[in-house]
Amino acid sequence: MKRIYVNEEWCLGCHLCEYECMYANSGLDAMFKLKGRTNEFIPRIKVEGDDGSQIHFAVNCRHCTNAICVKSCIAGALSKDEYGVVRINKDKCVGCYTCVLVCPFGAIMPAPDGKAAQKCALCTDNIMGEPNCVKNCPNNAIVFEERD
Amino acid sequence: MIDMFIPPEYEVVRNTELCIGCRVCERQCANEVHKYDKDLGKMIADSTKCVNCHRCVALCPTHALKIVKSDDTYKLNYNWPQRAMNEIYRQAATGGVLLSSMGNPTENPIYFNKILVNASQVTNPPIDPLREPMETTVYLGKKDVEIKRDARGRLKDTLPPQLKLTTPIMFSAMSYGSISYNAHESLARAAEELGIYYNTGEGGLHTDFYKYGKNTIVQVASGRFGVHEQYLMTAAAIEIKMGQGAKPGIGGHLPGMKISDDVSKTRMIPKGVDAISPAPHHDIYSIEDLRQLIYSLKEATAYTKPVIVKVAAVHNVAAIASGIARSGADIIAIDGYRGGTGAAPTRIRDNVGIPIELALAQVDERLRQEGIRDSVSIVVGGSIHSSSDVVKAIALGADACYIATAAVMALGCHLCRSCHAGKCNWGIATQRPDLVKRLNPDIGKQRLVNLVHAWTHEIQEMMGGMGINSIEALRGNRLMLRGVGLNETELRILGIKHAGE
Repeated sequence: MKRIYVNEEWCLGCHLCEYECMYANSGLDAMFKLKGRTNEFIPRIKVEGDDGSQIHFAVNCRHCTNAICVKSCIAGALSKDEYGVVRINKDKCVGCYTCVLVCPFGAIMPAPDGKAAQKCALCTDNIMGEPNCVKNCPNNAIVFEERD
Repeated sequence: MIDMFIPPEYEVVRNTELCIGCRVCERQCANEVHKYDKDLGKMIADSTKCVNCHRCVALCPTHALKIVKSDDTYKLNYNWPQRAMNEIYRQAATGGVLLSSMGNPTENPIYFNKILVNASQVTNPPIDPLREPMETTVYLGKKDVEIKRDARGRLKDTLPPQLKLTTPIMFSAMSYGSISYNAHESLARAAEELGIYYNTGEGGLHTDFYKYGKNTIVQVASGRFGVHEQYLMTAAAIEIKMGQGAKPGIGGHLPGMKISDDVSKTRMIPKGVDAISPAPHHDIYSIEDLRQLIYSLKEATAYTKPVIVKVAAVHNVAAIASGIARSGADIIAIDGYRGGTGAAPTRIRDNVGIPIELALAQVDERLRQEGIRDSVSIVVGGSIHSSSDVVKAIALGADACYIATAAVMALGCHLCRSCHAGKCNWGIATQRPDLVKRLNPDIGKQRLVNLVHAWTHEIQEMMGGMGINSIEALRGNRLMLRGVGLNETELRILGIKHAGE
């Protein structure tokens, strides 16, 4: 399946992807409307590496073949769909955060409302069409492609 | 004592309605203009540090930023414009020579803009390049050889080495050191894909790029940085740099802070020490001396590579070119006074040299008069803005054009003219690793390829319009050009008629 990959050689640590992710999943129709509301949303992609660091890379869900989060979910809220995308059903999620603890990439996090977990679904759960972090990366550091 | 404050020429303006405080501008500005202020709880900008490179404007996700010309003004004075006054203040404070980067920005005439191109109507039909062949291939090199036959009457191949270009455009010299590793990689890969050439400049060739040798012109300049046998053998052609359009008569100066480990290894000079190229080649004081260097280089490479001699366009350029053509050079490159640079004294950049259009017309004319035009190819550079400039240059007598300012603009350059500061926010004119990585060569290569493809299409369209189907037939075809708003002298020097004639 096509997944999002990050090449740390080209990641500048500019954090644009985080804001593009917030916007993509905010339901707002213009990015500037995030003004004053950025604390209401939590990006599903996170840039690792502090500002002074030489190396940065953005991390989001790897959609693991044997996803440990799916196995560990006590409520059956996490599942892999027919394409291999790991999805979360917020209605089923009980907010136990076991998935948050077990994800080796730190790619699942509590949603802003604190009642359920949230994760990247490759922008299939919003109106962006293709992953918004990929579309707006200024240096081609984040790519969406098929790899073995 | 504090220096007298000089107000910034440009101001950063933030639309606070649109700013979401993502701090991308802050992270992307190597000049530390932007800052999130904790006390005020908002982003602020210090315009005095801004070089107007537009990196923040380009990356701001909500387009909340713009940079405007400051309306702060001294008392208006035609004789003493603000720029001239500020330069006095700067020199009074420092006692130093003013430095600038990129090409001469002054308001002298741009002759290409005063030349118009012809098109066919009725009598000889235009050609549609989408339906009929349109040849843009050019061969650069000596073409005046005698035809010789062997004992059995078969033609002997006596043609000296040629450079084959799929389109009459090459990337001109920019050294590794003045520009980054990723910029060089972008140029090299684009040249390979396009079937043209890029030029190493005087800074040697990084061993990683030897694999692009077939599309590389290596330069031998007065500093002789990074010149050795393998360097010469790897290349497709060798260029002797006698002068540069941005700074005729003086050498190069690469600040020590741009001499990183790799640059030092490639140039074969100590790390962190300023790299100074002398003004003259210390072994060249005459055309005969130049001939010695040309033949030394030819001997060293077994006569397999064309040798280019690059000179700045100066007052006697036609006579100089004639000398070069007789000295054994295969190609003459002429760089006009608008040509770019990574660092030059401002006064030299803005006041020395002549426009490339006039220099080219005179060189072509002189070489024709002397019957030696075929013994060299002519390549011109120094602010070729567009495909129409290429067409006009070829019609004035050039074989091909060198582009560099346009090429770095394809890589992201916004002509902020601060290359000499070494903090290029676009990852081009810098050696700081965190800035160099901002230029991903995959993107850079593609943008260069796109630019040259676009220009080639346009050149074909313009040639087709003139009813010409090959570059060969356009070269030196000055009847295809007319001047507009030029005086008698200018028209005579350009060798063209006025529009309407």
